[in-house]
Amino acid sequence: MSRLLRMLTDLALARGVLRARHPPPEPEDHADPTRYDAGAPAWAELALVVLLLLCGACFAAFAVLLALAGDTQLLGATAGGGLALLAAALVLAGLRVAPRETAVEPREDAPEPEETAEDERLLGAVADGVSRRRLILGAAGIAGTGAILAAAAPVTALGPSARVLDESPWRRGVVLVDEEDAPVLADDLEVGAFITAFPRGADKRELGSPVVVVRVRPDELELPAARRTWAPEGLLAYSKICTHAGCAVSLFRYPTYEPGSSPPALACPCHYSTFDVRRAAAVVVGPAGRPLPQLPLAIDAQRQLVAGGPLSGSVGPAWWGTRRS
Amino acid sequence: MRHRLMLTVALACAGLALWTFAAQAQQGEQQHRPAAPPAGDAATRGQALFAESCASCHGTDARGVASRGPSLRGVGAASIDFYLRTGRMPLSRPGIEPQRAKPVYSRAQIDDLIAYLTGLDGRGPAIPRVNPAAGDIELGRQLFTDSCSGCHQIVAQGGIAPGLVAPPLDNSTPTEIGEAIRVGPYLMPRFGERQLDAHDVDSIARYVNEVGQHPPNAGGWGIGNVGPIPEGMVAWLLAGTALLLVARVIGERAS
Amino acid sequence: MTPTDPVAFVDDRLRTSRPLKAVLRYVFPDHWSFLLGEMALYSFVVLVVTGTFLALFFDAGTSEVVWHGPYAPLDGAQVTTSYASALDLSFKVPGGLLFRQTHHWAALLFVVAITLHLLRVVYTAAFRKPRELNYLVGVLMLGLALLEGYAGYSLIDDLLSGMGLAIGWSVSMSIPLLGGAISTLIWDGPYPGGEAFLPRLFIVHVFIVPAVLAGLIGLHLAMIVRQHHTQFRGPGRREHNVVGSPMWPGYALRSLGWLAATSAVLVLLGGLVQINPIWQWGPYQPWLGENGAQPDWYLGWLIGALRLMPGFDVTAFGRTLVPNPFFGGLLFPTVVFGLLFTFPWLDRVAFTRDRAKHHLLERPRDNPRRTGFITAVVVWVATVFAFGASDRIFLALQISYDLQLWLFRALFFVAPVVAYVIARRWAEGLRRSGAHPLRGVQADVVLPPRQPADARVGSDAARREG
Repeated sequence: MSRLLRMLTDLALARGVLRARHPPPEPEDHADPTRYDAGAPAWAELALVVLLLLCGACFAAFAVLLALAGDTQLLGATAGGGLALLAAALVLAGLRVAPRETAVEPREDAPEPEETAEDERLLGAVADGVSRRRLILGAAGIAGTGAILAAAAPVTALGPSARVLDESPWRRGVVLVDEEDAPVLADDLEVGAFITAFPRGADKRELGSPVVVVRVRPDELELPAARRTWAPEGLLAYSKICTHAGCAVSLFRYPTYEPGSSPPALACPCHYSTFDVRRAAAVVVGPAGRPLPQLPLAIDAQRQLVAGGPLSGSVGPAWWGTRRS
Repeated sequence: MRHRLMLTVALACAGLALWTFAAQAQQGEQQHRPAAPPAGDAATRGQALFAESCASCHGTDARGVASRGPSLRGVGAASIDFYLRTGRMPLSRPGIEPQRAKPVYSRAQIDDLIAYLTGLDGRGPAIPRVNPAAGDIELGRQLFTDSCSGCHQIVAQGGIAPGLVAPPLDNSTPTEIGEAIRVGPYLMPRFGERQLDAHDVDSIARYVNEVGQHPPNAGGWGIGNVGPIPEGMVAWLLAGTALLLVARVIGERAS
Repeated sequence: MTPTDPVAFVDDRLRTSRPLKAVLRYVFPDHWSFLLGEMALYSFVVLVVTGTFLALFFDAGTSEVVWHGPYAPLDGAQVTTSYASALDLSFKVPGGLLFRQTHHWAALLFVVAITLHLLRVVYTAAFRKPRELNYLVGVLMLGLALLEGYAGYSLIDDLLSGMGLAIGWSVSMSIPLLGGAISTLIWDGPYPGGEAFLPRLFIVHVFIVPAVLAGLIGLHLAMIVRQHHTQFRGPGRREHNVVGSPMWPGYALRSLGWLAATSAVLVLLGGLVQINPIWQWGPYQPWLGENGAQPDWYLGWLIGALRLMPGFDVTAFGRTLVPNPFFGGLLFPTVVFGLLFTFPWLDRVAFTRDRAKHHLLERPRDNPRRTGFITAVVVWVATVFAFGASDRIFLALQISYDLQLWLFRALFFVAPVVAYVIARRWAEGLRRSGAHPLRGVQADVVLPPRQPADARVGSDAARREG
């Protein structure tokens, strides 16, 4: 423990950087590691021939099978088998058949100080006889910054403004439809059911479009006062796009018998953010930072579900400036 | 020091294994099969069975007992059949998650219990007739992806969420699939006829039968059909170890 | 000189004899752990070869078509051209599924190899002067490999990778201040993106990143050749020499064999073990989600971090300042890569403490504090990684998800400290005893018999023991 503390303090104070320490002394053996073994044993040479022939056969089989549009497993087995045999042949050749040699080579390591100084002098020759160095360097800096900005500027052509992220197609009176564009009727859903719905006529792939409609018992609802009328007959609608990281909230749990079980909730399968449907999708578990935006619902004369207004907040994952819904 | 470390690790593993066993045993606890019922019609026999094993949690009149079990009046034959034939009921104690187990009751006994309970209150979904062959597999894939895969995984290998385990569907018969859709057992949502009609249920059952229970593994060994985790394990434990061994053959060891 | 003598033919025109001799006699140390970098290189070769084949058939685009083919659940389904062309590769092109699967296995193995190679480099302190630059190039390549793999499997627009792209988008959105602008730029509009998104991702994946990677690999190899590879201590091995096999014939043959072995494993897996069965996942739509969706293994640390983070956005006055995905998706990888990039200098201050050049490697036991620190960081990342993957296992053990969350949050802080202590003690113990870490064989240090009159022999022996 004290050693750990010492390490942390050393790090913090950057001790040891300036202390010149020598590397540990090298071992003092005088063994000569070079060797040269030539001459392959007979078995190795024969084995090499066999391996190469088998390898050729495998590759030929692969070529034939591919021409006949053979099944993936056979194709993989023949091609892979051929490669494995080739590998064995090459390794055998390298380890046993070709001469085995251990050699020593010197490292050219130390730079020549005179050569380094010479290079520095050559590079510096550009400024020989130049008097207004600082002025030129300053102007070059301005040109360089300009160049970087010019190089980066075309990138802004690549996309629209970030304001589009706040839009959604839901308005008062828009009818909810299912994936086949059939209107969702209030009587289609039993208590404990869930269905994915979209605004009629809108692009389904737009992030604000998909909502998940669930039905709970009306007496179970615990919505805030301002939203009392948003859930007729216990029907609730929330944006289906998780406010954590954008996955579809595709899990709905509704208990048959609540004691000893879990309350009704929508959950996201990606990181398990869980939203309590009776309490305006408040986050109960998981990393989501805000509840799912709620869509106010109404039931029209034909018993179709319609939106009572826009979504209560920004759809999907937050970004700088998002309103908390 | 190394021996002590290994001993600790071994003990930890043993402890973990024991814990798993205990947990599984608790869940799999079954009452012994009830004795042969007395003579009488189905409802009477059912009442006797009910009184013996179910009344302690569901009440002698099947109206439920607070904090132990719900009322069974009006739940429908589909619900009773589903829970009993899959062995999810009777539970060894209230409050644990019902899981598929060996059924306690025989087919005849289940019919008797259904007769008794539906006699008390005949509401609720009847046992559906499910015919997978009449279903459309492409529709089944779409419906299963939309409504089921969020819990049960895309090829019905099962999944989890806070508070629940959605089981894999390898052992589910078409009738059980139809019953579960209508009943919404335990934490599962419920889908009535107006949301998913008989053809939809047939299609979903066909998808589960053909794809979920026999996943189409054109690429070879399916390694569980649950995606990148087993794939990563194969990359490390199969490919990685095989190649490390080959590297040891090709290269030298430090002298 | 005759026309059938190729060496003389080339030499006569290009004067290659001296460089060729340098190449043929170039000495490469032989330790097996030096092959791990080559495993990565050869995985890259397989990726390029199989990827070229795939690129000739793949059609990246978001316009919808009706797919028809031998897989009934998707026959007649409306899907994007990306997904449809990937299905065609899997079901209609001869050998297409083999190439697709080999390509994906190669991507997984590529990162496995880089990880093993990185561990070897840091545990043996190969990154010390004069190799800091080469080490930085390597870490940069690791980062590019992760992005390249993510881009590759996301091109197909299937349900699994589509969910992953949504998460990537939300992480990009969480970049402070600029997140919204950067995301709409990359995705060509709001999520799920405009028409140009998948084609641009395609160009990034098949051209831009592979070209950069190839250049960096060339630079990496050039620097190794210039400096010669490091080596372990041993008979005759010094700081100023290299002992090993000459390039030709021994090293080249064994290295080609290593290429063939890596390819063999990848092709065998590609044919026999299924990976990414996109027909089972189905096409992606933003309103669909399935349980058990995971990224490829090398991004598992990020899904773990995203799940582990407690649920809050940093807000002020009713507006979001820092969205939640920032912490797990950006901050955590920045810290880890920050550690990786600065490690040579961190090491110099804390562990190596000298400014000399080092060409001889240290074994992990030779510097227990460095070994402990590296192990602590590895265990730290592995803990987060495990949480991302272990939810099913723990539920099978009847541990509730809530309990798992708190357990792993505690481990996040405790596990690296424990790992440091254990690794450091183990290294110190090995250094004292001289045992082999796995076989546990006690290697006695055999000293010459002590001559009573020769005090110098005694002090040499004492130094060797210490």
